[in-house]
Amino acid sequence: MSTNALLQVAIYLAALLLLTKPMGLYLHRAMEGRLPVLGKLLGPLERLLYRVSGVNPQQEMGWKSYTFALLLFNAIGVLAVFLLQRWQGSLPLNPAGMGEISLDSAFNTAVSFVTNTNWQGYAGESTMSYLTQMLALAVQNFLSAATGIAVVIALIRGFARHSVATIGNFWVDMTRSTLYVLLPLSVLLAVLLMGQGVIQNFNPYQQVNTLESVTYSQPALDAQGQPTLDGDGKPAQETITSHTQTLAMGPVASQEAIKMLGTNGGGFFNANSAHPFENPTPFSNFLEMLAIFLIPAGLCYAFGLMVGDRRQGWAIWTAMALLFVTMTAVSLWAEQDGNPVLASLGVDQTSSALQSGGNMEGKETRFGITTSALFATITTAASCGAVNTMHDSLTPLGGLVPLWLMQLGEVVFGGVGSGLYTMLIYAVIAVFVAGLMIGRTPEYLGKKIEIFEMKMSAVILLVTPILVLAGTAITVMLSAGLAGIANPGAHGFTEILYALSSAANNNGSAFAGLSANTPFYNLLLAVAMAVGRFGIIIPILAIAGALAAKKRITPGLGTLPTHGPLFIALLIGTVVLVGALTYVPALALGPVIEHLQMVAGH
Amino acid sequence: MHSPKGLSMFDTQLILPAIALSFKKLAPQVQWRNPVMFVVYLGSMLTTLMFIQALVLESHGSHGEAPAGFILAISIWLWFTVLFANFSEALAEGRSKAQAAALRSAKQNVPAKKLASASRQAAISITDSQSLRKGDIVLVEAGDMIPADGEVLEGIASVNEAAITGESAPVIRESGGDFSAVTGGTQVLSDWLVVRISVNPGEAFLDRMIAMVEGAKRQKTPNEIALTILLVALTIVFLLATVTLLPFSLFSVHAAGAGAPASITVLVALVVCLIPTTIAGLLSAIGVAGMSRMMQANVIATSGRAVEAAGDVDVLLLDKTGTITLGNRQASMFLPAPGISEQQLADSAQLASLADETPEGRSIVVLAKNRFALRERDLQGLQAEFVPFSAQTRMSGVNLGARQIRKGAASAIRSWVESQGGKFAHEVNQMVDDIARRGSTPLVVADDGRVMGVVELKDVVKGGIKERFAELRNMGIKTVMITGDNRLTAAAIAAEAGVDDFLAEATPEAKLKLIREHQSAGKLVAMTGDGTNDAPALAQADVAVAMNTGTQAAKEAGNMVDLDSNPTKLIEIVEIGKQMLMTRGSLTTFSIANDIAKYFAIIPAAFASTYPQLNTLNVMHLASPESAILSAVIFNALVIMFLIPLALKGVPYRAASAASLLRGNLLIYGVGGVVVPFVGIKLIDLLLQML
Repeated sequence: MSTNALLQVAIYLAALLLLTKPMGLYLHRAMEGRLPVLGKLLGPLERLLYRVSGVNPQQEMGWKSYTFALLLFNAIGVLAVFLLQRWQGSLPLNPAGMGEISLDSAFNTAVSFVTNTNWQGYAGESTMSYLTQMLALAVQNFLSAATGIAVVIALIRGFARHSVATIGNFWVDMTRSTLYVLLPLSVLLAVLLMGQGVIQNFNPYQQVNTLESVTYSQPALDAQGQPTLDGDGKPAQETITSHTQTLAMGPVASQEAIKMLGTNGGGFFNANSAHPFENPTPFSNFLEMLAIFLIPAGLCYAFGLMVGDRRQGWAIWTAMALLFVTMTAVSLWAEQDGNPVLASLGVDQTSSALQSGGNMEGKETRFGITTSALFATITTAASCGAVNTMHDSLTPLGGLVPLWLMQLGEVVFGGVGSGLYTMLIYAVIAVFVAGLMIGRTPEYLGKKIEIFEMKMSAVILLVTPILVLAGTAITVMLSAGLAGIANPGAHGFTEILYALSSAANNNGSAFAGLSANTPFYNLLLAVAMAVGRFGIIIPILAIAGALAAKKRITPGLGTLPTHGPLFIALLIGTVVLVGALTYVPALALGPVIEHLQMVAGH
Repeated sequence: MHSPKGLSMFDTQLILPAIALSFKKLAPQVQWRNPVMFVVYLGSMLTTLMFIQALVLESHGSHGEAPAGFILAISIWLWFTVLFANFSEALAEGRSKAQAAALRSAKQNVPAKKLASASRQAAISITDSQSLRKGDIVLVEAGDMIPADGEVLEGIASVNEAAITGESAPVIRESGGDFSAVTGGTQVLSDWLVVRISVNPGEAFLDRMIAMVEGAKRQKTPNEIALTILLVALTIVFLLATVTLLPFSLFSVHAAGAGAPASITVLVALVVCLIPTTIAGLLSAIGVAGMSRMMQANVIATSGRAVEAAGDVDVLLLDKTGTITLGNRQASMFLPAPGISEQQLADSAQLASLADETPEGRSIVVLAKNRFALRERDLQGLQAEFVPFSAQTRMSGVNLGARQIRKGAASAIRSWVESQGGKFAHEVNQMVDDIARRGSTPLVVADDGRVMGVVELKDVVKGGIKERFAELRNMGIKTVMITGDNRLTAAAIAAEAGVDDFLAEATPEAKLKLIREHQSAGKLVAMTGDGTNDAPALAQADVAVAMNTGTQAAKEAGNMVDLDSNPTKLIEIVEIGKQMLMTRGSLTTFSIANDIAKYFAIIPAAFASTYPQLNTLNVMHLASPESAILSAVIFNALVIMFLIPLALKGVPYRAASAASLLRGNLLIYGVGGVVVPFVGIKLIDLLLQML
């Protein structure tokens, strides 16, 4: 790894480490509604919201009513986003005159944003009106992230409380996480991003003359927007020469901030964070990367605070950080190493003061190898899915890293809330096997892990592999699935595997070569996103309820300590082993064989 | 009686029936009970069908999905995998049954002398033990077998309970108190007993023991169910990973334009290798073996749940007397009053105790002999008149003509001495207080109205008990001593024995309350008990070990019975419970860790024709795709056989902190589990090449 790369990663981790504790303290206080300054300022608003909606904030909920409220609230969210897209043509704030969205795409997008996935089958600047972006998409960016926080806080309460039937009030958790955490942080980040040049306006799209004419070819589309095929059965290309360029405008900064902070990832523009209006400078890039991990890292600390032992939170944090560093190193190495076949053709891929070297296909020159590889790792370690580089163009192993990080369940810091709650389930499974190995009924944080918890954990363990593997199997067997593939061979397989992994784990990034805005993919991926989200949230809340009802055991010498290096190693081992054993066969037929073929010079 | 301990692990007496049973267990309704092995069972059938298909096609000049010989080899080894798992269970059950048979030999249909009423003089009618009902009264005389479990109403007798306990020394059984319970199948050696039968045929203690040991009533324990859920989840994951490989490989063949898709046989082989067959195949054997090991320790558990709970015990309640201290106080020191020599005191004390047959009295005689070589004197020659202890005087002693020697509690001696005009010295008072503070009992001796001094009677803590408690502390188990003594005495003994806590002046209610307090703090409590007044506390405790010498009520309330009636047995019980959980956990880890090597063996082999480049992953350099797959399957089957001894014996337990235990076991079964199959599969592959 070059010095530049080492420094970039070190600075990033140091900044994250520094922010973890303050963020954790802030989250802890915010969720208890006892923030010193903001609490006074926004407290009246919070109470007004409860009064208007008829919520009694003192009334706690059992896990079943908590789950019901959550599902109801999210279902309404899907409906709202769906209808706004369908009706956007006749609604205001639509200077570009965008028409209604097709049924399947609108449904896919609605599910996508409500589930915190932000998979985008569409291109933002040529599809969505400003109103849809703000009222449908950005609102869900807040609410889906708030849902994640609510669920993880409920789960932590399950560990922290004992012998009670309730896990909190869903409406209060949603209100506080939105009002005290996501809104203020988003305002702050949006202002910082605007300082770097991210745009924020309601202007119509700008026509500008370019300095030189541009000739390019693009896939020819038919009337339905589907790629047409030429005589050989390959996608047809058309050549275009242009002297002007349309620059899309819009309220970008406000949406960009929550897109990163809420680990949503849905870009205002199709190019996402590779677009100069979304992510203009290396510093804005750094801020965006930091924003992705900020709340997930802080939640680790808040978890320690809430269960009364901060070491527990740091242990989880450390396990995540170690996994992150390892995966980043692989990604950096793979991208910097480039393609040996090109080297044999005499292409200089070494890194020097004059060139970044390595594999620059699909990368922005203003970010280079290091921050592109780092961004790709961060965005898939978390369930963000924002991209500043095209993942489809990564080297085979460089592409395996984001793919596998998603398949691990996005537990390396992970999505807002979802990363920690999934990681805690891995901890439960690790502790279960370890507990047996020391001859005791397994316990974690003073709670016995028994039949019900194992049943729910088993469901959580199974949901995403079923969606990813069965979904990929169905897709490669159907012509509707195979039609979307852009590249032949193993890479085409990886594109499909990546799409399903991204959707089922609520990431939203894509190997964009896959043409996925078709009814087949829109429906398949919508199902994967919805089941991948709520198929995990429901058992998590069930576990929270079961744990809260249990007695708390005071730890003794016979209790397995869950804050030391041994536990961290065990946790990492469990995550890696489960992830590897589940996906190795599929990965072998995708990125692994692609890499081996590349090395062999095919 | 044939001792259950005498059976070696692989006795031919056990192996042959176990092999036969392995085949019987191939019935689908048996296999269905173990979901993981059921997958192997179905896989074996599927590959067998594939073999038949290949055979038929080959005889027609065509070919099946793979060479018939290869499919046959895989099928055979898959069936072996199922059979090996069956064998482990059959062997564990066989061992248990042998133990049960030994017990059953004690239970014969014997004649019984039924009495018309609860009196020795009542009319006798001869019947047999099977026809006795609860509440019947029987007479048992010297040489008779006790026909069924019951309670002594009248009489005292020595009973040989070797059939149950293996202990040859006879025990005394008498009406009332804590020694009134008798067990069917034991023999009265002398005197007679009138016994009220307390159980109906088939419900007797021995019947329940036999049923438990035979495993007939073995239900899955909670931890076993939780583990099975995890294993099933992993099985589904691996099934999914393998089943989807068929479409994936079809796609890959199409994409690469070369090779053939993975065959069903290979996919079945892959799934069987990946699913946790090692632990699933041995799971049932581990459970049966746990009960069996309890039996070897002469403890009968009434449920597997109780054995499992034993591993979780946090707090151990132990009776002071008989467990922590030797049953009786013993004289440890003579403390003479001012102006009296120690030898004078010893002399008086010895004389006062010569006729005293209590253990305390005898210990004074022994101490006097040891300290001053005072020999026993002939009481007749001294014309001694023994004054026994009475509740009124609270003293005992001897009259030698006019000379009166007395020993007793300080207050009793004081009033006796003062009534004779003597003086009770202040120094003596001081000594009495000091002794009490040390946790011992002061016994004051007076000779002819003169206070001679004090004898210290000490509770003697059993040798080695302090080390056992230290071991328990390392295991994370807190020990609490239960005693009827006052706080001061209890504290001193507790400190000497090294227990963590004590309950002084314990009443049955206080015991019950203590257990409830610990339980509400989420602790698991174990206790031993023998008396009827222990029954409520035994019923409340999570692991309750009743002494076999105890009353029927105590035995009914407990969930284990210790045939040796040794209260320190609890420690062994905890270890056996822990071993059972550890064996499951360690083999689970081993089983899953094995999968890494199996992937490296099978994945390159399965796609050899489509993607020859994948051979880079063939790190073991296995000779051919066929031998790679076959080696992995053979390894997977054989490892079950190799681990049977470990499953039956259990992973060794050592008293260490949780972290250090985990580190050790992770190293052996986790890291070992990763490495062993690489070596094993390679070796099998080399052997296959030589054949």
